[in-house]
Amino acid sequence: MRIGKQCQKSVLALALLFMAGPALADLSLLNMTQGVTDMSNQVYGLHMTIFWITVVIGVLVFGAMFYSIIRHRKSRGVKPAKFHHSTAVEIVWTIIPLAILVGMAIPATRVLIDINDTTGSEMTVKVTGYQWFWGYEYIDEDVQFLSRLDVESDRARQLGSGVSPASVPYYLENVDNRLVLPVDTRIRFQITAADVIHSWWVPDFGWKRDAIPGFVNETWTQIDEPGIYRGRCAELCGRDHGFMPIVIEAVEKDEFETWLMAQREGSSADEASDAVASR
Amino acid sequence: MTATTHDHAHHAAEATGFKRWLVTTNHKDIGSMYLLFSLAMFLVGGAMALVIRAELFQPGLQLVDPYFFNQMTTMHALVMIFGAVMPAFTGLANWMIPLMVGAPDMALPRMNNWSFWLLPFGFAVLLSTLFMPGGGPAGGWTMYPPLMLQTGTAFPFVIFAIHILGISSIMGSINVVATILNMRAPGMTLMKMPLFVWTWLITAYLMIAVMPVLAGAITMLLTDQYFGTTFFSAAGGGDPVLYQHIFWFFGHPEVYILILPAFGIVSTIIPAFARKPLFGYSSMVYATASIAFLSFIVWAHHMFTVGMPLAGQLFFMYATMLIAVPTGVKVFNWVATMWRGAMTFETPMLFALAFVFLFTIGGFSGLMLAIAPADYQYHDTYFVVAHFHYVLVTGAVFAILAAAYYWLPKWTGHMYSERLGKAHFWLSTISVNVLFFPQHFLGLAGMPRRIPDYSVQFADWNMISSIGGFAFGFSQLIFVWLLIKCIRGGEKAEARAWEGAEGLEWEVPSPAPHHTFDTPPVVR
Ligand SMILES: [Cu+2]
Ligand SMILES: [Cu+2]
Repeated sequence: MRIGKQCQKSVLALALLFMAGPALADLSLLNMTQGVTDMSNQVYGLHMTIFWITVVIGVLVFGAMFYSIIRHRKSRGVKPAKFHHSTAVEIVWTIIPLAILVGMAIPATRVLIDINDTTGSEMTVKVTGYQWFWGYEYIDEDVQFLSRLDVESDRARQLGSGVSPASVPYYLENVDNRLVLPVDTRIRFQITAADVIHSWWVPDFGWKRDAIPGFVNETWTQIDEPGIYRGRCAELCGRDHGFMPIVIEAVEKDEFETWLMAQREGSSADEASDAVASR
Repeated sequence: MTATTHDHAHHAAEATGFKRWLVTTNHKDIGSMYLLFSLAMFLVGGAMALVIRAELFQPGLQLVDPYFFNQMTTMHALVMIFGAVMPAFTGLANWMIPLMVGAPDMALPRMNNWSFWLLPFGFAVLLSTLFMPGGGPAGGWTMYPPLMLQTGTAFPFVIFAIHILGISSIMGSINVVATILNMRAPGMTLMKMPLFVWTWLITAYLMIAVMPVLAGAITMLLTDQYFGTTFFSAAGGGDPVLYQHIFWFFGHPEVYILILPAFGIVSTIIPAFARKPLFGYSSMVYATASIAFLSFIVWAHHMFTVGMPLAGQLFFMYATMLIAVPTGVKVFNWVATMWRGAMTFETPMLFALAFVFLFTIGGFSGLMLAIAPADYQYHDTYFVVAHFHYVLVTGAVFAILAAAYYWLPKWTGHMYSERLGKAHFWLSTISVNVLFFPQHFLGLAGMPRRIPDYSVQFADWNMISSIGGFAFGFSQLIFVWLLIKCIRGGEKAEARAWEGAEGLEWEVPSPAPHHTFDTPPVVR
């Protein structure tokens, strides 16, 4: 038994060592991003609400459990009680969780209805997933292009490349052509795929949506702040699933119009070279 | 209760050596084979997990090609689900259900033999695909088309292997149902059955209901690939999402197949070491039945991002949230069982308590995942990976380990080394949390699942998770060592190996003789 105690002690020391580990880690990486859209903020709000609900339930249940483990142990010389059911108590702990769930379902329903309402959009972007890059088309604007992992990341990510990922800016989070979008605009996305199922995910928008070959999924966003937002494919789509990032550049409306114009002018030349590259 | 046990002279002609195991129809032999097979597969699947964690130790690709990485994630899941957890539960059912209900054997002993012996062949086929041209399956264990249809030579072999495993599970389940319904000792009414028997009865019905659905789904994949059908191809009027609906109609009940027997185990062990009867026996039975019923109407919560109609998303969100109610009842009942008991903390109890604590954490993240709008963020990230490993590793696997420690004295006739058992418990419990808890953070921070490489902001938590993974993996070798020692010898176990243990299995000597209950005991 002494050896058992010793063993437990060393295990505990080891555990503390592990617990100390996180102190060195990037502590900002603990929670969901709040994002830059009204939607993503609502999703974040739901996430935090349900999280705190589980924390409170957890404190109560685990509190009772550990109290019992500490107090009601044979080594303290207690005699076990004999009770084995209580209809009243059982009804109470069925009803209370039910009530909490109803309370949770109401805001969740509200947000869900909002996300799924794609009406009233001011512009439409078609997103197509390919193995293993993205295609973007500004509907009725005559602008379309492909967006791939940038060359530097691609070089570094090869097996045994010898290039340290830390030395590559935005390793696996950078693309050759960014998707440029205007802020304060209700943008509808039409999401589809050409080969297998992918999933288009920008955490800052608050959602992901599957890109399914032969079907078009619709959803929408409205970005509040200009900036660069990075996302990635979320549905396993084959060998290079991990290597098809998404980069959004959100700009002011007039800036967007200028960009769009420039694209339209240069598009015929760009498109030809893109088409060649994709073969 | 009376127990009649005697060794049989007229079985003297029984085969010996390998042939004994090949032709045996004895539920204890078959149970042991299931359990040992499951342990072997647990180690194989664990080795695959270590390949995954080694590659993810730091950003960049150091060890394996991304395609091989995908084969590892796919095979790890198939091996752990169909090879480790399900056979372990079937092994426990084989060993314990006849002893618990006072039956001399399983109802269909020859089929029992066959359902076991299909497994090694099924897995030989499945694992051999790793060496085929084009490698093994790499589309995830969910095998979504069209990606799955890109599998190379391995494709038909994978489907054939899963058919074999499915047939084995169905036969095992039929056997369990037939045994429980027909072979209970006089006086053992349904509502007197041990909870492990109850949960297994319900699990068996689930399996009989959904394994054929899986078989249908993968057969449709097969005909899409080779016979020109287009069930899952939009080009021919089909729909890739149809596959997901069929798959998850199997898949969600499947996750309860993997956890209901665990509920039964924990409901057996906690009362034994709290020396107090299980709180709310009948509500436990009803909760299990309602979980099983609800499991059939929640499948699309795995598909909130495929673009379902709003009404569909709302329905599946509400139904999924509802599962928290019966699951909560179970957790409350376990805590109430401990309340004012006289607890001791031998290894089975430690694993059972860790189960209650950590499974509940997995339940909490499950409740979070049920909230459809939030799932738009959680879906297909490491948050989901953390969630299902909490319910399957610290849930199902911990319960299986608890069961193994609890009944080892009955199986081997020896007490295991409590010192090694405690070391195994503490190392496993700490390392498994170092392994899986940070994965919640990774998922919330935006790391998708099933990727071999990641951007550098995820590096720290991944490294910690990998360290936990290796520690957890190697801790399991303590269990293997303990098992070998316990089979070979050790302190003699009494018939009732644990002071507070209740049930017919403790009325027969330890080790349980080859034949038990030839004359049924009478249950008052
Ligand atoms: Cu992908
Ligand atoms: Cu499910």
